[in-house]
Amino acid sequence: MEIIECEGLGVTYPGGVEALKNVDLTIEDGDFVIVVGLSGAGKSTLLRTINRLVEPTTGTIKVDGRVINNLDKKELKEYRSEVGMIFQNFNLVNRSSVLRNVLAGRLREVPTWRTLLGLFPEEDVEEALSCLERVGIKEKADSRADELSGGQQQRVGIARALAQEPKILLADEPVASLDPPTSHAVMQDLKRINEEDGITTLVNLHFIDLAQEYGEKIIGLREGELVYQGPASKVTEAKFEEIYGRSITADDQLTAGGEADV
Amino acid sequence: MSNSAAEEKPSRFMLVMGKIKGLLAIILVAIIYIWSARGVGFSLIEIIGELPSFFNLLWDMVPPNWAYSIRLINPLLETFQTAIAGTILGTLLAIPLILLCASNVNRNNPLYFASKGFMNLMRTIDPMLYAAILVAGVGLGAFAGMLALMFFSMAVNAKLTSESLEAIDDGPLEAIEACGGNKLEMIKYAVAPQILPTFASYTLYVFEINIRASTVLGLVGAGGIGVNLDTSLNLFRYPNAAMVILATFVVVVLIDHLSNVLREELV
Repeated sequence: MEIIECEGLGVTYPGGVEALKNVDLTIEDGDFVIVVGLSGAGKSTLLRTINRLVEPTTGTIKVDGRVINNLDKKELKEYRSEVGMIFQNFNLVNRSSVLRNVLAGRLREVPTWRTLLGLFPEEDVEEALSCLERVGIKEKADSRADELSGGQQQRVGIARALAQEPKILLADEPVASLDPPTSHAVMQDLKRINEEDGITTLVNLHFIDLAQEYGEKIIGLREGELVYQGPASKVTEAKFEEIYGRSITADDQLTAGGEADV
Repeated sequence: MSNSAAEEKPSRFMLVMGKIKGLLAIILVAIIYIWSARGVGFSLIEIIGELPSFFNLLWDMVPPNWAYSIRLINPLLETFQTAIAGTILGTLLAIPLILLCASNVNRNNPLYFASKGFMNLMRTIDPMLYAAILVAGVGLGAFAGMLALMFFSMAVNAKLTSESLEAIDDGPLEAIEACGGNKLEMIKYAVAPQILPTFASYTLYVFEINIRASTVLGLVGAGGIGVNLDTSLNLFRYPNAAMVILATFVVVVLIDHLSNVLREELV
């Protein structure tokens, strides 16, 4: 069953930059999809359009059979709570505790008067702690977010998204700020969660070796256009060169260029 | 004169022009200065001529009237109560204004520009001018002084904090939005943790300004120790005036220092 269907999706930013052009794509429920392309190809815009952080200019997006282009404010918040997002720069509040950062994922489940007073019900705190446990950093719950390493901070980001109990996970370059061993660990976490919970997951990456290692399906974007959609196993180096519009270099591979390979 | 020649190296003509510009700038500053000095009747001869009477005045102030200090305790307390109440009320009023004046929190453009305009308008007025206007409105006394400091604190705090707020990391704001959080939750979970230390520091800074301003509010009839200074000077009671100045100085320095220590703790 399709969970995400985009038809003729186009995004033009104020100022005239066309970030996405007439994209048609479908994603099956439970898929683990890697979105590849050069920076500026529209990967980030695609993810942000799916949770409406960016407004589509043309076309429709259907999620779970419902068109999400014209949700009203309340429906939009409700919808966003079903879509977890993981960011390149983690987007944690550095000065707040890890637990408090993860509790942000429960905001939609708890009445606003309670969240504003910081009075989360016991079961929501338990839920947040169990999300931290799933990414292996429960013991860090009371630490300040900026006391953690980059890999641990991204795990807090994943736990926050998990706390939303989402149907879809969107990860926007989740490993771009991390070293190679940590990158693999975070990708394995995402893959494990996808397999255990069946949450449909879209991950933006620009490293082709990571894309091939973890992706079941690959979406290739070039200059805002969809140029590939299909199983990862069928993506050859020639196909990557077509997506990138140039020959593949060492910079396109995480483990190339003599960096640590663990 | 061709363009290409000018680009290759500065010509002699350009060098001379540069020197003339420099000279013209100095002459212009000198003219503005002379115009201003004449306007205020500045005269070196007059300063030297008046020096003896100036020293006579200082001499009249020594020794200060120590006994008068007992009667300054209540006015001093009133002065600082004015500053404290003005700062607290102004700070509370500043909170909504700060959020309205930050483009990353308030994305409603007309409301943003209206709030910013209001804040800048309020900020152009000096606390003494507020006090003079308010004394006419609500009558003589510390209440007018407190209102004056309240308006002033609100505007200054809103200006300083909203500018810092616009420079915070927008990532966490986006994360709360992506979780489906509403505006208030975004403020509580992404904005407040980032801006609170800065806000507290600016509040103490505004408090320091208010403490100093509160000591002279009495000169326009808005209460506090300034009233005693005004009266002592008008009645030529220079030892009393000296005592007022000395007491004000000592207490202001103490509070300023305390506030500074607190502010350093915050950063």
